[in-house]
Amino acid sequence: MRSKRLTILSAALIMLLSACGRENSASVIIAGSTSVHPYAELLAEEYYRLPHGMMVDVQGGGSSAGIMQVENGIADIGMSSRSLKENEQHLWQIEIAKDGLAIILHPSNSVDNLTKDQIRGIYAAEITNWSQVGGADKAIHIIAREDGSGTRSAFEELVMAGSRITPRAIIQSSNGAVRQLVSGNPSSIGFISLGMVDEGEKPVKAIAIEGAAATAENVANGSYGLFRSFLFVTKAEPEGSVKEFIDYVLSPDGQRHLLHEGLIGGAAG
Amino acid sequence: MRKFKENLSGRIFFILALSSISALALITVFIFIKGVPFIAEVGLFNFLFGSSWAPDHGEYGILPMIAGTFIVTFGAALIGIPIALCCAVFLAEIAPAWLRNLFRPAIQLLAGIPSVVYGFWGLVFIVPFIMNHFGGPGVGILAASIILGIMILPTVISISEVSILALPRQYKEGALALGLTHWQTIRSVILPSAKSGIVAAVILGIGRAVGETMAVIMIVGNAPAMPRSILDPVRTLTTNIGLEMNYASGLHEKALFATGIVLFIIIMILNASAQYFTRKRSF
Repeated sequence: MRSKRLTILSAALIMLLSACGRENSASVIIAGSTSVHPYAELLAEEYYRLPHGMMVDVQGGGSSAGIMQVENGIADIGMSSRSLKENEQHLWQIEIAKDGLAIILHPSNSVDNLTKDQIRGIYAAEITNWSQVGGADKAIHIIAREDGSGTRSAFEELVMAGSRITPRAIIQSSNGAVRQLVSGNPSSIGFISLGMVDEGEKPVKAIAIEGAAATAENVANGSYGLFRSFLFVTKAEPEGSVKEFIDYVLSPDGQRHLLHEGLIGGAAG
Repeated sequence: MRKFKENLSGRIFFILALSSISALALITVFIFIKGVPFIAEVGLFNFLFGSSWAPDHGEYGILPMIAGTFIVTFGAALIGIPIALCCAVFLAEIAPAWLRNLFRPAIQLLAGIPSVVYGFWGLVFIVPFIMNHFGGPGVGILAASIILGIMILPTVISISEVSILALPRQYKEGALALGLTHWQTIRSVILPSAKSGIVAAVILGIGRAVGETMAVIMIVGNAPAMPRSILDPVRTLTTNIGLEMNYASGLHEKALFATGIVLFIIIMILNASAQYFTRKRSF
């Protein structure tokens, strides 16, 4: 009797396991950059509320992973916060928005303007004390993102100009983690997405670059030089439900949501 | 019929048991298939003893991470093991029954706390404390050692306690009968006799510290450079994988699998030596 029960139990277990493998019913799958992720999620939610809207499944994973998943057909749309590399140029891409890159400090830090050269000097470990850039006499704690992150490659492109970020920099694996560390450390410096500067419990200070304050307006009028494009990438010219969602994102309605979140309109918008 | 059922259930258990072993085999084969070609391409020496990790520039040296792993683990052992051994002796020999019944579940609870919670707690309490009292950025070797020191406590305590309790009663009774005090009995009879079990406990605790990822990522600073002080941020082998897996592709991804191989071998050596010491028990 007992062995029979066990047999039934194991059969049920096997059925349960195979049921887990059922196909995902979402019609559009988006994957990629963790910087774009919160915005895409918001758009997906808004889109779902529309009368003709449908389920859009948004996953993270990072820019490179998103692009790879588009290549492999796992995701319909890849989100990228870096420009496509040479071997990825065959993919179809569209800029959905621009995002400023904010250089953030602890609010108690007296420095509130740096030049690109100074920032490069700090991240290359040539400038190691805040007094060298007009601040208090404290060692600078550099916080950066990990290799492969879209935000890091945008920062390297925009600021580092071929110099390397020092290997002694503290590495955190998300915008949120960088923000968290900077908000708690009076002598730190970090870089995150401009839209995320105010997204947290404790404040951080986004400094001006070459005299231009870190605001969406200054990115739009070109005076604030640190910004990058958020891209949607597909394997081929989009059609069907994928095209409908991208059209929604680029529509005034979709762009309005992005602007509201602190992003700057894309080239197509 | 009855016999058939017996056989059938035996088979089912065998197959299910086999699936756990085959998972191990699959994982091993997979990381080696992914990682070995990378090591062949970059060269074992460059990989293990290269001091610069910059995948975007094609540099894949993991020496700073190997050093980071050893230093952080050593720190954790320094902090955790004395506490754990005292706790095990206390529980096995000194504590009255009611206190023991209070301590044991509490220690088991310590093992049940998810590592991300340890990491978060470290980030909120330990990191600011170190920053304000010792200087430096707070995240780094010291913070990670403290958190890992706490995380290995349950492993070391429970295994060493079990190995003390497993000693034959006569050892203790004989020692006491010969006129030794309780403390002398613990020091010169019980601890030496339980040595192999305690060594195994320590090794397994160290293995736990080497393998921990999530909590460490949050508080170790992850800088792939040789540290100059215990307040410096370092990167361990596990955090190197956990941190960069999301974004890695191509050779970078293979480099992370190769990092996994190194980690795998370290853990294998630790576990094998723990097995060796457990079997060496003299009674």
